[in-house]
Amino acid sequence: MNLDERLRDVSVIGAAGKMGSGIAVLIGQEMMRLKFESPDRIYRLNLIDVSEKGLDGLRDYIKAQFVRFAEKSIVSLRTTYKDCPDLVENAEIVDAYVNDAMKLLNFGTDPFLSTNSHLVFEAIVENEKIKVKTYKLLKKLVSKEALFLTNTSSIPIGYLDEKSGLDGRLIGYHFYNPPVVQKLVEVIGSSQTKEELKNVASELGKKLRKILVPANDISGFIGNGHFMRDGLFALDEVMRLKGKFKLPGAISIMNRVSQDFLLRPMGIFQLIDYVGVDVFQCILRVMRTHLGDTTLKHKLIDKMMKNGVKGGQYPDGSQKDGFLKYDKNRPVGIYDLRKGEYVPIDDDWKKKMDKNLGPLPEGFVPWKALLGDSKKEDKLKNHFSSLKKMNSMGAELALSYLKKTKEIAENLVKQKVATSADDVNAVLTNGFYWLYGPINEYI
Amino acid sequence: MPFLRKKIYACAGYNTISLGTGRKEFHPKKPRPGIEHYIKEAGLGSIEQIKNPENIDEGVIGNFIADRFCKQGNLGGFFPYVHPVFQYKPCIHVEGACDSGGLALVTSVKNILSELADVVLCIGVEIQNTVKALYGADYLAAAGWYSGERKNGHAYFFPDQFSQRAGAYMEKFGEVKTREGMAQWYVNAIENARKNPKAQEYHNTIQDLFAAGMTKPNPKAFCEFLNVYDCSKVSDGASALIFASEEGLKKIGIDKKDVVEVVAFAQVQDNITTPPPDSTKLTTCEIAAKKVYERAGIKPKDLSVLEVHDCFTIAGIMAVEAAGFAGYGEGADFVKEGKTKSTGIIPTNATGGLIGYGHPTGATGVRQAVDVVHQLLNRASDYQVKIEPNRPFGMISSMGGNDITVVTMIFRKTE
Repeated sequence: MNLDERLRDVSVIGAAGKMGSGIAVLIGQEMMRLKFESPDRIYRLNLIDVSEKGLDGLRDYIKAQFVRFAEKSIVSLRTTYKDCPDLVENAEIVDAYVNDAMKLLNFGTDPFLSTNSHLVFEAIVENEKIKVKTYKLLKKLVSKEALFLTNTSSIPIGYLDEKSGLDGRLIGYHFYNPPVVQKLVEVIGSSQTKEELKNVASELGKKLRKILVPANDISGFIGNGHFMRDGLFALDEVMRLKGKFKLPGAISIMNRVSQDFLLRPMGIFQLIDYVGVDVFQCILRVMRTHLGDTTLKHKLIDKMMKNGVKGGQYPDGSQKDGFLKYDKNRPVGIYDLRKGEYVPIDDDWKKKMDKNLGPLPEGFVPWKALLGDSKKEDKLKNHFSSLKKMNSMGAELALSYLKKTKEIAENLVKQKVATSADDVNAVLTNGFYWLYGPINEYI
Repeated sequence: MPFLRKKIYACAGYNTISLGTGRKEFHPKKPRPGIEHYIKEAGLGSIEQIKNPENIDEGVIGNFIADRFCKQGNLGGFFPYVHPVFQYKPCIHVEGACDSGGLALVTSVKNILSELADVVLCIGVEIQNTVKALYGADYLAAAGWYSGERKNGHAYFFPDQFSQRAGAYMEKFGEVKTREGMAQWYVNAIENARKNPKAQEYHNTIQDLFAAGMTKPNPKAFCEFLNVYDCSKVSDGASALIFASEEGLKKIGIDKKDVVEVVAFAQVQDNITTPPPDSTKLTTCEIAAKKVYERAGIKPKDLSVLEVHDCFTIAGIMAVEAAGFAGYGEGADFVKEGKTKSTGIIPTNATGGLIGYGHPTGATGVRQAVDVVHQLLNRASDYQVKIEPNRPFGMISSMGGNDITVVTMIFRKTE
């Protein structure tokens, strides 16, 4: 059975979540492309989730995404609908596309909806037991031909396969958030994964125009393998600095160092909030369990969770408060764990922090401006060589962070999580939008 | 015998900011002023320059398609909203696609010629940022023949119409020189707009404008022969101008030194159901220019300032040919050589034109006239061009649809 045939009936389990909903949009769009080629064929995308409320939100999200896609593709869609005399204006064509696409979708809480699927995406909660239970149930519902793609970002694929008895019909297919926008997919085959499934995964990646980076089946894979340790380093630095600058000051310092001095799209604590403090803790737990590495935990994360400060996003995509407080997705405060409240990031605070850190290198260009700059490489070189000449706390912290992040990345290659330095760099640049890979010559 | 049977003057011009992408204060998701605000701002901006607004006899409002962009019809009803002194006075809304403003100008002049009015307040207005560009393209496509052309037309119907013209022109006269001429048109438009605080491109910071203008078109997402820099933007804006007879000027207390004379106009209509006779030229614009020169008794060389309808860079190039400044097929070189720059042989679109100032469609014809009047009165501040004593004339050419509806009007300094 080839991929196009498999795409005639697909299920997404955990479809109402952040990742599931994005995967649903991507597969829905691909199904529509096939539907245009074979209008008489029936296509079905079954979107299954435990939350009825979540499914309502999912319907709205998918519709909005289909509208956006149709608007973006309007030039070609006019050709697609050229034989429909009633569809004249762009608005009518966008509506037609969205209506046609929505017709492909089945929404429901019943896993039974997946019965006829030959391709099943799983994007449920990052919990081994729940995942295994779900696979055991699905295995009974679908045919033996059906293949499974899991969006797990940390649980070993071989473990899930074995516990669920999937006999190699499972592959790791880790999209980055949000899947509709992010180009990267980490692909993780276990020792059991069938060749056919590997081929399907690779062909699908091309169809979805994603950048596929292979990772070996070691808990955390490349993305979280790096991110968790990178985050832990920042948390350790915070513990080291808090004596002098107090906790909010130390968090603020490391966030600013990682964002501006290291030219990342957002500071490390903003990223942890974006992913969710709860998710960060959960992934650490999974990795700790599977790797047997007791250092993969942090008391600051556990304390935040104890205080109920979890970060993550609201259904509309806006940022919930975590280490930082947000107003319209911009950090406006820093959490003071002792008091259980946020210290405002006002002008006085910024001045104080700037004074502690010292200036940015001369000719500093922020991440966003560098992103599309054709002279990016030269400017990055200048930035880091200037940092080395500076005698400030900001420069010192940045260089030590740069060194650590390189060490983490190199260890991923040494421990055979990644096959090459290029693969680690590809994950960080494509999945985390870094301007440069962690394995570089800047340090 | 002069073309106009009585002397008619224009004065008290006013343009609002052309609001849309490019302006720092514009944000697509933030609320913006509605059409009534623009009509009022432009109308008040104009009547505040005269002494007795109660002596304005009539209003004319040019607007293309507020019924779709703003779900608003019956625009004459906003005339008394401009100022209570207009309560119960006549007002008419005129429409001729992107030449609605041009039609408002000639309607105002005709009202005075009819002797039923001595002073007319002419307003042009359009609001386009209420919907995304691809839906706006649907609305603006109404300037073409809906039942005959729209279904098989491009998503971006009008850009494609002029893209086809650009393609035909390139094929006939050479791709490189045409593209370079178009890029230079863009450079001139932005350089001029940067001197005009009300222009949509006033805040433009692109360093290499020519390189931007040379961007390769992307037919998958847009048009085959046009890039986004070749196109005027989506704009909200309004303009107003007062027309008056000799008696009218006295009634509103305006001195002759503050007015320019309307010497002649031409209003030319082509058949919307037939394709252009020649894609490589603006035939209707050419006829309208010839007519207005003849009626004014002047030649192109008598003009010190020109305003043409550069909805697209290629339209600008063809319009300069149609206005008689460059020979057929020589427009691109003419522009490339800098002859339409503010310091060139014929300063053209010195306030940025449709590409630089913006193109609030129904306002554009009036905006062009306001700018020519300011130039002839030497009141164009930073973007003032030299008005030669032996060339006291200025002309506008305003186009609706694909060269379907055209108005030309020639103005002269009064002394």
